[in-house]
Amino acid sequence: MRTAVIVFPGTNCEQDVVHALSTLGGDAELVWHRENDLSGFDGVVLPGGFAHGDYLRTGAIARFSPVMAEVERLAEEGLPVLGICNGFQVLCEAGLLPGALIANRDLAFICRFVELEVTDTDTVLTRAAEAGQRIRIPLNSYEGSWVDPDQTGRVPLRYVDNPNGSQDSAAAVANLRGNVVGIMPHPERGVDHLLGSTDGRILLEGFLHSMALA
Amino acid sequence: MTTATQPVHRQLGMTDEEYESVLGILGRDPRPAELAMYSVMWSEHCSYKSSRSHLRRFPTQAPWVVVGPGENAGVVDLGDGWLAALRIESHNHPSFVEPYQGAATGVGGILRDVFTMGARPVALWDQIRFGPLDQPKNRYLFNGVVAGIAGYGNAVGVPTVGGEVEFDPCYSGNPLVNVMCLGVLRREQLVLGTAGAPGTIAILLGKATGRDGIGGASVLASASFDDESEDKRPSVQVGDPFEEKKLIETCLELYDNGLVVGVQDLGAAGLSCATSEPAGRAGVGMEVDLDAVHVRESGMSAPELLMSESQERMMAFVSPDKVDEVLDIAHKWEIDSAVVGTVREGATLTIRHHGEVVAEVPAASLADAAPLYDRPAARPAWMDDLWSQQARSVDDDPATVLLRLLDDPALGSSSWIHEQYDHMLFLNTIVGPGADASLIRIRGTEKGMAVSTDGNGRLCQLDPRGGSARLVFEAALNVAVTGARPLALVDNLNFGNPEKPSVMWQFRESVEGISQACESLEIPVVGGNVSFYNETEGDDIHPTPVVGMLGLADPMPASPPRLSRAGEGMEVWEIGPAPTSNLAGSTVQRVFHNELTGKPTPPEPEMATKVIAIAADMAHFAPVLHDISDGGMAVALAEICIASGLGAVIIDMDTDLLFSEDPHRFLAVCAPESVELPSDMARRIGIMGGTALIVGRSDPIALDLLGDTYRNAIPRRMPGV
Repeated sequence: MRTAVIVFPGTNCEQDVVHALSTLGGDAELVWHRENDLSGFDGVVLPGGFAHGDYLRTGAIARFSPVMAEVERLAEEGLPVLGICNGFQVLCEAGLLPGALIANRDLAFICRFVELEVTDTDTVLTRAAEAGQRIRIPLNSYEGSWVDPDQTGRVPLRYVDNPNGSQDSAAAVANLRGNVVGIMPHPERGVDHLLGSTDGRILLEGFLHSMALA
Repeated sequence: MTTATQPVHRQLGMTDEEYESVLGILGRDPRPAELAMYSVMWSEHCSYKSSRSHLRRFPTQAPWVVVGPGENAGVVDLGDGWLAALRIESHNHPSFVEPYQGAATGVGGILRDVFTMGARPVALWDQIRFGPLDQPKNRYLFNGVVAGIAGYGNAVGVPTVGGEVEFDPCYSGNPLVNVMCLGVLRREQLVLGTAGAPGTIAILLGKATGRDGIGGASVLASASFDDESEDKRPSVQVGDPFEEKKLIETCLELYDNGLVVGVQDLGAAGLSCATSEPAGRAGVGMEVDLDAVHVRESGMSAPELLMSESQERMMAFVSPDKVDEVLDIAHKWEIDSAVVGTVREGATLTIRHHGEVVAEVPAASLADAAPLYDRPAARPAWMDDLWSQQARSVDDDPATVLLRLLDDPALGSSSWIHEQYDHMLFLNTIVGPGADASLIRIRGTEKGMAVSTDGNGRLCQLDPRGGSARLVFEAALNVAVTGARPLALVDNLNFGNPEKPSVMWQFRESVEGISQACESLEIPVVGGNVSFYNETEGDDIHPTPVVGMLGLADPMPASPPRLSRAGEGMEVWEIGPAPTSNLAGSTVQRVFHNELTGKPTPPEPEMATKVIAIAADMAHFAPVLHDISDGGMAVALAEICIASGLGAVIIDMDTDLLFSEDPHRFLAVCAPESVELPSDMARRIGIMGGTALIVGRSDPIALDLLGDTYRNAIPRRMPGV
């Protein structure tokens, strides 16, 4: 089971995601944004960072990168697609997830641990977790507040104490099928006791497991 | 402004004597581009002309030094083929003129200094100083600087894992913004700023050159502020972290593939520096064609091209057969590149523009022949007045004093600052911001790099030599309580106007203090920066040296000490020499008396070394170790209570001793009987437990009140931000 970890110019969490997935027994490979063939991959992660400098608007340029047509194809085929932080923003811009991410309520960057509650376990990210389970992992974003006027998204993870004004306290959002998920906090930063939490493991393990099932 | 009527060299910030030296070197009148190059390269900022003779005092040798001062960054050996590159820089003046961009480009510049050496930048630390937050202008500067550091650091993808903040009226007209960067590399990846042998090709990588920052080094960084400072705004550069991120990845890929002979970043003095310094170091000449430089705007003159401080640019020196590969990698990362020059035999730097020779100068003269000033230094008479007035005691109840100190923005929680910085990227931040030192692991090894940055303008105003030495010892103790042994130091020397003998005396004393402390710790100074002319309307800032200490923990403690690990029933020990009640230069003196007088307690080098060794050993078993510094023992203990969510009961003692900032002491919290030290070095002062901090006979302070006061110290002063 191979995971493609997409690298846009300006992406910066790609090595962390590869490290975390590898720690959990996954087989993750970096894929440059100009690639236009993802055949052979069983799932995709769009990691955090500042794709194309986040110029114009977060994710607005990245959605036009050549690799995105393939990401859309995999999503349509029902394979697991996960966007973390900036990757979440890209998935919204690409129309693979509903809504959009806007600046945090207090107009300041937020980097700290936040507590989440699992509210829906029928997604590729939350399938290994239990409903009501609390998960503590770091948030690290400026445009982290999710809005969706049409209210069409599923919300598998909510902030216990909403730090950024996100609608419905959404920390993660899934498409109706549950195979495309965007999460604003960073599960890959929660896989090591020495770094303060291992709560991200259950999410990434669920994702790896989903690839085997898809 | 009256400059329009002055000779050109004076408009460029050059003295008549310096102009005469240029005439002597060239044997003729300089062309405009040549004069421009000498003016920036011989500026205080680039040439260290007032400080060089003093900086030679620093001890710079040690078996583990791979690259000492003089290159873009210092490099030290961490063992097993791992090297660390480190550097500290200031961006004080630009940050006053335009706080966001000034601070942002400071981050960009220090990163380039480190990845120029072949290292991947792994962490940043910021040391920032402002006037009091009750003034709107200071809040604007503070907010802008933090946003600029966050905006650039987060986007460029290098975590900001620590730093420090100080507020004092002396920084109101002249904030200090220093930034330190640490990089890691394998020994075989080391690259130097050399132009290589004749025939080597110079390739300019990165952002297109524009008119931004023209003369920043000479105009901004090397002059004092007055009412015309607003006019200097065009000299502040604008940062583009996205371009820098791509430049980092490009350069690291070039190094991985062994494609460069040398690399030089373009910072202050731009192309003038990036051509003359590498050629000078290699003892070669060079031909440069300015028409090949990729530009952002048309019609730039040769002096403008040579002086531009446009950000995010690097000069790579490449052997001719590797040029295509280098250009391909630049193309892949979507950055611009241009072949702009060729290294030649001889020693002449020849620069052409529109087919004409616009400069023909001895390459090395721009760096090596820079003026060297032995400026007069004299101990100011007011030092005696300061020392003769002993610091007053505090009469208030200890609980009252403690709460007021925790509410001070320099002592209270720094969360408002560091939660705006990505401090977790790369998954290596074992101990992050807010601790005595940050601890960064090298994954796949047992090594941890601990870094502490420390400054204290008030202490150094009262005693520049002793105060500076104490900073070094404090930084060393900070890395020790994290489990590391001190390895190397970088320093950023922020001082006033060097043309005043009192400032030169402070500077010389400070260099002496740092040197003596490093000698007693047997560690080298591997790099630094000098920022003079930190004065506004004739008032100099306090002498504010900032030191950045790198320590190596090998192996890292399996479970490094953390304030949050204090447990019910654990004992609290004070370790180190017994403090005196001298409050000269202390936080209590500032907060309660708004005074700065007295002679601070001098450092004790032998004692310091002993205490540092004890701390580094204890870090392998003690759950909590915490340096005693600003706010003294009481504040250190309160921080442990807040982090662990546990109260404590502390024995009754003299109030002044609770808040004394005497050096070489730390708190240890551990299970009973795990401290076996002679009684003159260790005193049991209390026990952890309960839900309140009880200091002697004063009223208990509930943990909630303690924590709220601490956490709100900055936010409550920044309404609407």
